Formats: sequence, C-alpha cells, structure tokens
Amino acid sequence: MLQRFHKYAAPMHFHRLALALSPWLFGISALLFATGLFGGLVLAPADYQQGDSFRIIYLHVPSAWMSMFVYMVMASAGAAGLIWKVKMGDIIARAAAPLGASFTFLALATGSLWGKPMWGAWWVWDARLTSELILLFLYLGYLALQSAIEDRRAAARAGAVLAIVGVVNIPIIHYSVEWWSTLHQGATITKFDTPSIATSMLIPLLLMALAFKSFFAATLLVRARCEILAFEQHTAWVREYLRAGRPS
Amino acid sequence: MSALAAARSVLGRDLRRARRRPGDLAQPLIFFAVVVFLFPIAIGPQSELLRSLLPAMLWVAALLALVITLPDVFAADYADGSLEQLILSPQPLALLVLAKIAAQWLTGALPLIGMSAALGAVLGLEATVWRAVLLGLLLGTPVLSLVGGLASALAVGLRGGPLLLALLTLPLYIPVLIFGTSAARNAGLGLAVEAEMFFLAGLSVLALTLTPFAIAAALRARMG
Repeated sequence: MLQRFHKYAAPMHFHRLALALSPWLFGISALLFATGLFGGLVLAPADYQQGDSFRIIYLHVPSAWMSMFVYMVMASAGAAGLIWKVKMGDIIARAAAPLGASFTFLALATGSLWGKPMWGAWWVWDARLTSELILLFLYLGYLALQSAIEDRRAAARAGAVLAIVGVVNIPIIHYSVEWWSTLHQGATITKFDTPSIATSMLIPLLLMALAFKSFFAATLLVRARCEILAFEQHTAWVREYLRAGRPS
Repeated sequence: MSALAAARSVLGRDLRRARRRPGDLAQPLIFFAVVVFLFPIAIGPQSELLRSLLPAMLWVAALLALVITLPDVFAADYADGSLEQLILSPQPLALLVLAKIAAQWLTGALPLIGMSAALGAVLGLEATVWRAVLLGLLLGTPVLSLVGGLASALAVGLRGGPLLLALLTLPLYIPVLIFGTSAARNAGLGLAVEAEMFFLAGLSVLALTLTPFAIAAALRARMG
C-alpha cells in the first residue's frame, strides 16, 4: 500500500499528482476561507476590550502559524534532499520558500496594522515581533542564496544546509530575544498573554488556519510543478510535456 | 599524514598567507574604526549618551567588520583549486575546516578584539563595562567565526560577496549580540554578568562541535 505513494517521490509522477490535486485544494481553501471569514467577521461577537478591530486576528494568527510551519516544511524537505537525495525534497524546499517569506511578511504587516490602534505604535520591540522579523531575514537569506547559485541542485543542497542551521538557531533566537525583551520591558505590555478565547471566536480561527494550510498546499503544488519543470528540464518527459502542452 | 598534522599544516598555511598580506589584516580594523566613529557623528557629541551607547556601537561594528573578513576564509582556496583538494583529501574535512576557521579567528577576530579594547579605553568606557565587552567578544567571536565560516562556505565563489554573506550571517549573529550587549549593560549597572558569559560560552561550544560538520556538508554541496 505504501508502495503506491513511493512513486510520488519522483518528479514525473508528482507533477501529475500536483496537476490533479491543486484545483481541488484551491476549491477547498476557498470554501474554508469563506466560512472562516464569515464566522470571524460576521458571526463572532466583538471583543469587550478591542471592539471590532480584534478581527484582524483571523488573518494575523494563521499567517504567523504558517510562517513557522512552512519553515519546518522547507527545512525537512531540504534535509530529505540533502541526506537521502530525494529529488522532490529539493523541489519542495525551493518551492515553499517564497510562500513562507510571504506568510511571514503578512504576519508582520497585519500585526503592525493591529498594533497601531491597540498599542499606538506600528512597531514595538517585543520578543515575538523581533523573532518573527528575524525569521523573515532567515527566509530572505535562503532566497538570496538560492538565486545566487546557478545550478539548481547545488543551490538546493546549499539551501538545505542553511535551512537546517536555521532550524537549530530558531529556538536560540527565540529564547534569547525573549530574554532580551523581558529584561527591558517597555511601557506597553502585550495583551495576548492569557488568551482564554471564546469558542465563537476560536472556531473561525481554526477554520482560517485550515484555510491557510490548504491554500499553502495548493500554491505549493503549483510552484512545485514549475520547479519540477525547471529542475528536470533536460529529461525526455519534460521535453515531451512542453512540446505537447499536456502530460503524456 | 595524520589528521592532526594535516589540520596543523592547513592552519599554518592560512596564517602564513595572512602574514604575507598585512593590508588584508588592516582593512577590517580600519572599517571597524570608521563605523565606530560614524555613530558619534550621527548621534551628536553628547558625551553621556555616547558613553552609554559605546558598548553597543563596539559590538555592532565588530559584527560588521567580522562579516567583511568572511569571504576570505575560502575565497583564495577556491580560486586556486586547493579547496577541491581539501575536500577530496582523505583527512576529515570537518577538522581541516576547523583549522581554517581557527586561522580566520586568529587573523580576523582577535585583532578586532584588540581594537575594541583600545577604542573602548580611548573613548572612556568604564573598567567593568570594558571588561564585560572584552570577555563577551572573546567568548562570542568563536561562534561568530564558525557561523560566518558556514555562510562563507555556502556562498563560496558567488558574486554578491559581503552583501550576501551579511544577509546570511547577521540574523544568526543576533543571539550573540543580545548576550554580549546585555552583559555590557548589566556590568554598567553593577550587576553580575555570569549568565550572559555562560550563554556565550555555551553557544561557542555548541558551534564548535556542530558547525565544522555543517561547513563540510556545505562545501561538499557547493563543490559537488
């Protein structure tokens, strides 16, 4: 039974799987976005402290979750490519990186938009914000390294080393920044320390998390298809695919 | 040739090469001094503010100057083909890499530490803070050299040089910066600095044990 899935580690078969799956995943994510946003923007009650402006949580928190999740995907896929020479590992890592960077940027931007009315500042040097900003720089460094190396396979292997070192470093960065932040606490204190969140607010949040995940999966498959064609451009099946305009 | 003898000869070769080009040794020091002097010009001559910011200025300038020295770790060997020979040799690549990083630390980081000591004293750092900055740099620069060596190995032979390396290394340098500067701050307040020093030493030991293997993997990944 597991053998059936093994073949999808080969780019040619993964390409066909991605072609088949991504429309469905886009559809599922659209559905989840619709229900999540309706639940979050319309059904959930206004927060007693923040009023309606808390609703940006439905974009901010899932983006932040995704930024970290995608980094783990990138590092694990890169490790698979580096250690076990799984071709799809290299491809998935390279495909996921810009998506992770975008989620990180989205988390920072929505957080900023939330912070201005709540804290009165676009940016504070809180531990979580600073860690997330450093994560963005880690992504950008990874992307810079990938674009600087011509050969995609060598770029993927180098990027995998960088991503793995980054994974080791993320707890170090997070805790050192947290320590730095709490030693010198500013005047404002984050309001999200003890979220005992109401169920009517929690359910849309979970739906949005699933929506973001399925959206990520869908766009990852689309990007993976492009990367597969780029990685495998010298193989016969790719040449045939590009000539015929459809998979053989 | 035993592994240790090979490592010693790599170290000796790099040190000899550095000695033959004293200009390469001096440039990071001059850059360091220039960066440190930019801050008073930017902040203005209020001496109290400057004195309280001086440890941070020294640390930031040291990090930037260290990043400048990073391309040289593997660039010369890459250019003349001896990097491939090192990778192909039967000696453990991690050990040879450690020797190269040691050379970089001796020729790049150690002079910077001396320079920060001198500048700190000249610009009026009080004794406890000066000691904290010095000790922090001594304990922190090994991890900076090692992680920088990793970035240098990943980016060997690429255009973009120090810019790409800065983007790769500076996020990974931030914990060291945090511990180093918070030690200096605590020393200024009269508090103990043991915690930060232990953290820096811990990070350095962690890097010392793990990064040579990562650098070897990076070199093999880049050089095929």
